[in-house]
Amino acid sequence: MLGIPDLSISLAYILCIASALLCLVYGIVMWNKGGGDAEEAEIEEEAKWQEKENLIDENL
Amino acid sequence: MVVKIIIVVLYLGVVGYLGFLGYKNTKTTKDYLIGGRKIHPAVMALSYGATFISTSAIVGFGGNAGVFGFSLLWLTFLNIFLGVFIAFVVFGKRTRKMGHNMEAHTFPEFLGKRYNSKFVQKFAGAVIFLFMPVYTAAVMIGASKFIEGSLNVPYDIALFVFAAIVAAYVFFGGLKGVMYSDAFQGTIMFVGMSILIVAIYAKLGGITAAHQKLTDLFSNPAIAEQIKGLQGGGFQGWTSMPQLFSKYWWIVVSSITMGVGIGVLAQPQLAVRFMTVKSDRELNRAIPIGGIFILLMTGVAFLVGALSNVLFFQESGQIAVVAAQGTDGIIPLFLNNFMPEWFVSVFLVVLLAAGMSTISSQLHAVGTAVGRDLFNTEGKTEKQAMLISRLGVLVAIVFTVFLAYWLPSVWDGAIAISTGLFFGLCGAAFLPMYFAALFSKKISKVAAISGMLSGFSASMLWMMFFHSKESVVLKICDLIFKKPMLVADGVLQFVDPIVISLTLSILVTVIVASATKSKYEEKHIEACFKGIGK
Repeated sequence: MLGIPDLSISLAYILCIASALLCLVYGIVMWNKGGGDAEEAEIEEEAKWQEKENLIDENL
Repeated sequence: MVVKIIIVVLYLGVVGYLGFLGYKNTKTTKDYLIGGRKIHPAVMALSYGATFISTSAIVGFGGNAGVFGFSLLWLTFLNIFLGVFIAFVVFGKRTRKMGHNMEAHTFPEFLGKRYNSKFVQKFAGAVIFLFMPVYTAAVMIGASKFIEGSLNVPYDIALFVFAAIVAAYVFFGGLKGVMYSDAFQGTIMFVGMSILIVAIYAKLGGITAAHQKLTDLFSNPAIAEQIKGLQGGGFQGWTSMPQLFSKYWWIVVSSITMGVGIGVLAQPQLAVRFMTVKSDRELNRAIPIGGIFILLMTGVAFLVGALSNVLFFQESGQIAVVAAQGTDGIIPLFLNNFMPEWFVSVFLVVLLAAGMSTISSQLHAVGTAVGRDLFNTEGKTEKQAMLISRLGVLVAIVFTVFLAYWLPSVWDGAIAISTGLFFGLCGAAFLPMYFAALFSKKISKVAAISGMLSGFSASMLWMMFFHSKESVVLKICDLIFKKPMLVADGVLQFVDPIVISLTLSILVTVIVASATKSKYEEKHIEACFKGIGK
């Protein structure tokens, strides 16, 4: 198949493309999920975390 | 040559300018948060991709594909499926939430706080500090080999020039990992590799025709003499897997595919990236771009590396590894011989981009490992803490340059070997405990530490006494037993450390976990898992 005699190699070739497509489909389906409804406390927590992160970066 | 230098200088100017812009715009935390929440997911994903993929993957593993052929596509599959899909969906979301719950900012700190153990944090910090330079050197060798080939300068000078560029990049704030300059680098890589795959398939008459030519090359009597040695190792052509359980089969399957493909899940510089993402939604959106990006990077590099054999043969009657006089020279020589000069200039920039974005994240990991994990900077002044971090980065850079200078003289294919070494070591030591940290509320501290230590020591011992690639160079086996490796007959010397060490660390973690009881307070576990699994 595809000019490749070894089935396990053509399988790898196809799986590479298939897994990239899986990523594509997953991303499209989940595009708007898992965000947006962050609570106030969560945002505050993130802000605190980010502040510390920035400080660490600053020190480098 | 002048055109190439102008293009490189132009590129460095843009990267520098974007870095400056990003830095200026994200001075305050609030700005950063707003910016972060609004940032386009493509920017996010491209900057991830640029960190994931380096010159090591393109030049080093691409060169390996020139020798072993399409069998390396199994690594591309793992890179996409494990390195992007599973890493983001399974590990990423929990790492982000738990990291924030525990106020962790580095990978060692994440493990240390989850297991409530300073030892774990220091140990992981030490592993990063001591072994990250091996991987950084791999990236540096890849870039320098390409500069050597495309600008026609000796390797030493190429290395010196690239090291100077990296040092300048780091010095001017490149370690801050500014999203936009990373994304710019990712875009250049994206475009460069896309052109490359279209060009090579077009040159060889289409997808199936190109593969067929590569398949036919193996049985061409004109190369019989050149592949004799390879066949002795189990090589059966560039479009076939090596003979089952032969020397090359073990190298392809255990060192290249498993070592790097699985090890990626416990990479400190990648895991820490999940924590800087603003929400699960951003992770979801980064997945499709990440998946396609990796396909275009490693997929294309491996296809091109293997297919280059056909072009080299048509031009000179030689196979790639013979024409390039070694694995790491294949991709640079291929581009110089078969692609137009303007493209070589563009690709030079692609590789500089791939190298610099990865090295900056590696050095970032080293700096934080030293300043935050290895040495206790609490109680020290801000200035002292800063000094320790920066000294750590400086030592790492010097060590890296030394390794990048020395390793190519002891290993053919030094890039892939040193990358695999670091990935495998991290995988064996950290993967079981990292996975358990995210998914088990019952795992005990003893179990996690036993797994980590057994994985690490098994890796080290296997490298010192069994796996010939490292044992010959380390010379410890020679010193004690007066032979380069303990078992020289058979294929044991080609079995990669990760096969032994990861199996052992998983077993030890599971056995000790079932024999011991977790002593963590309910409160600690609840705090770690807050908001997870709902």
